[in-house]
Amino acid sequence: MQVELRHIHKHFGAVHASNDINLTIPAGSIQGILGENGAGKSTLMKALSGFIFADSGEILLDGKPVHIASPADAINHGVGMLHQDPLDFPPMKVIDNFILGRNGGLFPDRRTAAKEFKELAVQFDFSIDPDAYVDMLTVGERQQLEILRLLWLGARALILDEPTTGISLPQKEKLFATLKKLAAQGMTIIFVSHKLEDVEFLCNRVAVLRQGQLVGEMLPPFNVDKLVEMMFGKVVSFGGRYPLTPGASTLHLEHISLEDVRLQIRDVTLDVRAGEVIGLAGMEGSGQATFLQACAGLVRPVAGKLSIKGADVTGQTHHVFKHKGVAYLPAARLEQGLVPGLSLTEHFVLAEETHGIFINRDQAIRLAQDRIKTFNIKGTPVSTVESLSGGNQQRALLALLRTPLSLILLEHPTRGLDIESTMYIWSKLKERCAQDGAAIIFISADLDEVLQYSDRVLVFFTGKVSSPLDAEKVTVEQLGQLIGGKGWEAIHA
Amino acid sequence: MTPETILIGLAGVLAAAAPVMFAVMGETISERAGIINLSMNGTILLSAMGSFAVALATDSLALGFLAGAAIGALVSLIVAFASITLKISQVATGFILALLCRDLSYFLGNPIMGQTGPRLQSAPIPGLSDIPVLGKLFFSQDVMTYASFTIILLAWVYIYKTRPGLMLQGIGERPAAAFVRGASVNRLRYLYTIIGGALIGLAGPIYSLSVKAGWKGTISGLDGIGWIALSITIFGGWNPLRAAFGAYLFAILQWLGLVLQPVLPGIPSNVLQVAPFPLMILTLLLVNIGNAEWVERTLAGMPENTRRAVAKILRAMRATPPASLGVPFESD
Ligand SMILES: Nc1ncnc2c1ncn2[C@@H]1O[C@H](COP(=O)(O)OP(=O)(O)OP(=O)(O)O)[C@@H](O)[C@H]1O
Ligand SMILES: [Mg+2]
Repeated sequence: MQVELRHIHKHFGAVHASNDINLTIPAGSIQGILGENGAGKSTLMKALSGFIFADSGEILLDGKPVHIASPADAINHGVGMLHQDPLDFPPMKVIDNFILGRNGGLFPDRRTAAKEFKELAVQFDFSIDPDAYVDMLTVGERQQLEILRLLWLGARALILDEPTTGISLPQKEKLFATLKKLAAQGMTIIFVSHKLEDVEFLCNRVAVLRQGQLVGEMLPPFNVDKLVEMMFGKVVSFGGRYPLTPGASTLHLEHISLEDVRLQIRDVTLDVRAGEVIGLAGMEGSGQATFLQACAGLVRPVAGKLSIKGADVTGQTHHVFKHKGVAYLPAARLEQGLVPGLSLTEHFVLAEETHGIFINRDQAIRLAQDRIKTFNIKGTPVSTVESLSGGNQQRALLALLRTPLSLILLEHPTRGLDIESTMYIWSKLKERCAQDGAAIIFISADLDEVLQYSDRVLVFFTGKVSSPLDAEKVTVEQLGQLIGGKGWEAIHA
Repeated sequence: MTPETILIGLAGVLAAAAPVMFAVMGETISERAGIINLSMNGTILLSAMGSFAVALATDSLALGFLAGAAIGALVSLIVAFASITLKISQVATGFILALLCRDLSYFLGNPIMGQTGPRLQSAPIPGLSDIPVLGKLFFSQDVMTYASFTIILLAWVYIYKTRPGLMLQGIGERPAAAFVRGASVNRLRYLYTIIGGALIGLAGPIYSLSVKAGWKGTISGLDGIGWIALSITIFGGWNPLRAAFGAYLFAILQWLGLVLQPVLPGIPSNVLQVAPFPLMILTLLLVNIGNAEWVERTLAGMPENTRRAVAKILRAMRATPPASLGVPFESD
């Protein structure tokens, strides 16, 4: 289906999030949409999929002007959107998720639906049990479920907003294969991303947005430097590796064993030194999140000893860990780290060690302005956190960290961030390593990020933990093998 | 105790549980949609009084029951308006309404205190009521008790087996995802809150026109029923079948409190009367044991096969509330 956008405008208060966008996407093509955080990518996609209404402009499908009144209406027109965080119902069964939203009789026929589900799944080599519960699936599988559902509903154009940020490498490869197959069948794919290499590999045309405007389009072969310049309006130089000068022992794990319902981690011994960065690699749910939570005192080890700066804290609460200078930044920004509805100022006030009950308004606003400036957040002291774009939420979270800290634990610190923001966040983090001697342990699904910013890497595979690998001596390919469970004999030798 | 008296006692238990059943099903439906109707305790009192007054004035049981449902629907409309349209805290609104309706029922009910009015008669089903044991238990009841059996099944089938029922689960679980699938979330929330409210409202007349016929003001013994029904809804994990089990369990415990009194003279009678309440709490704890961290850890230490089997049972037993319970929905 050919998708055409004509003169699309959208304002949010003073922000011109879409400024006269004209874009024609022929049927059967994979259109990449690039742009820095806050460029207006999601806004444009939401206008196309019925989530928001453009202030003015026209949408044409196969040459016919349409009015898209809601997301459900969009899918009736054949436009389906896959959200970064799949919009599904975790406690319900896969098959119920699949059926929900499809019109029909009072009693849905689960058996026929399951049969059709399986037939569709086989086409793309997905293996999801229709009777499984969605909360037991990985993010990648939930995406697959959504794709199948949208296809079943008759989608002829598929919008994917940053689909690769939460999924593992093999799942990404499978997703790309699926998208290519769909495009070959005449489906129009719109692929929003920050990752140039993904766009380069997958797309056969690219449009770049900057500050709400379409600054240019490109057909392959793509000139990556030119694309980056179009995205940021300037040449961005990539940082090199940061040298390490490790200091005293910060976190010491001795024969730590961890258990949760799904997996067991046995006998990990590790010494993390001040200024050091440890990257945790592995497919989602391989144990790295549990490990990180144990370092934060949120999960109690079943065996072993854990000490921070020489003090034994085994079995202590998260509160004690916090007092020892441990900070934990979870992946679900809006669920665990930030409070929707509260402004930036209120967040900064809450995060400070306060004396007394009353809040000094002026002082708080000055503090907020100060932090907004240092951390380059696009927002004002009174902006609520949910009105910020993803990249700016992450910056806000980082700005909330107290000083000094001895250990910073991060889950997907740059998920969803553009290259410039990623580099910015890491420069801020590395600053803390160098200046206050903080150590960092982080989880990332992006293997390039793991290798680029860590000093040592731990690989997780179904609860198995590798010995610390020197990040300078491991390659991305090797890491990819390891997280898939291959090549473990070699590193243990 | 002869088998005969036990049978009559159990049949009485089924009848006594009928009003609680309606209240619990109503609350379950409302909470499934994401709206906590905390006014229940007051609603039941007000609809008991109101429906009795209507039945007294019109000499019509049907109008009495209708009035009960209408009062429940009306109160729930206030809950819905406050929480969906005005986005005021559902807990605060519900709590105020619970207190207000209770006082209102005592105040407005003064003139009809102690009067005798129409009362629902039992209606044995010809043929079926002659079946030994089962006939006495299930088929010699009154209409509303039959209705209470039906409502359990209807609610269960609706929620789990029908298309709109799936959507009902969806709007309480993740309204944004339901919206994407074409649901008018807030309109549906209004609808289910009002339907739920009407069912809660029916609990009133089942008391005042049947189980505890009449209106006796503060000594009607109805104050507190709503809170029990609320806890049974939670105990039932928002599942009609489990909730029904909870409602019957509570009715049986109460009945045992009465019949055991003469048998166990050593135990003060107040203890037996109060015992059902802590016993309910204990059951609630047992049912939700799968949520505890230490259970998870013990589980992790078990051999793989046992672990899986136990985890499955615990998962089936575990009751997680609809994720968006009490959270207003705004489409972007
Ligand atoms: N609901 C909203 N209310 C106010 N401002 C908004 C809203 N949604 C988006 N914006 C603003 O519009 C601009 C574009 O946001 P959008 O989410 O489209 O960016 P994006 O390109 O998707 O960024 P990211 O890569 O971080 O996801 C930003 O400045 C953002 O703050
Ligand atoms: Mg976006």
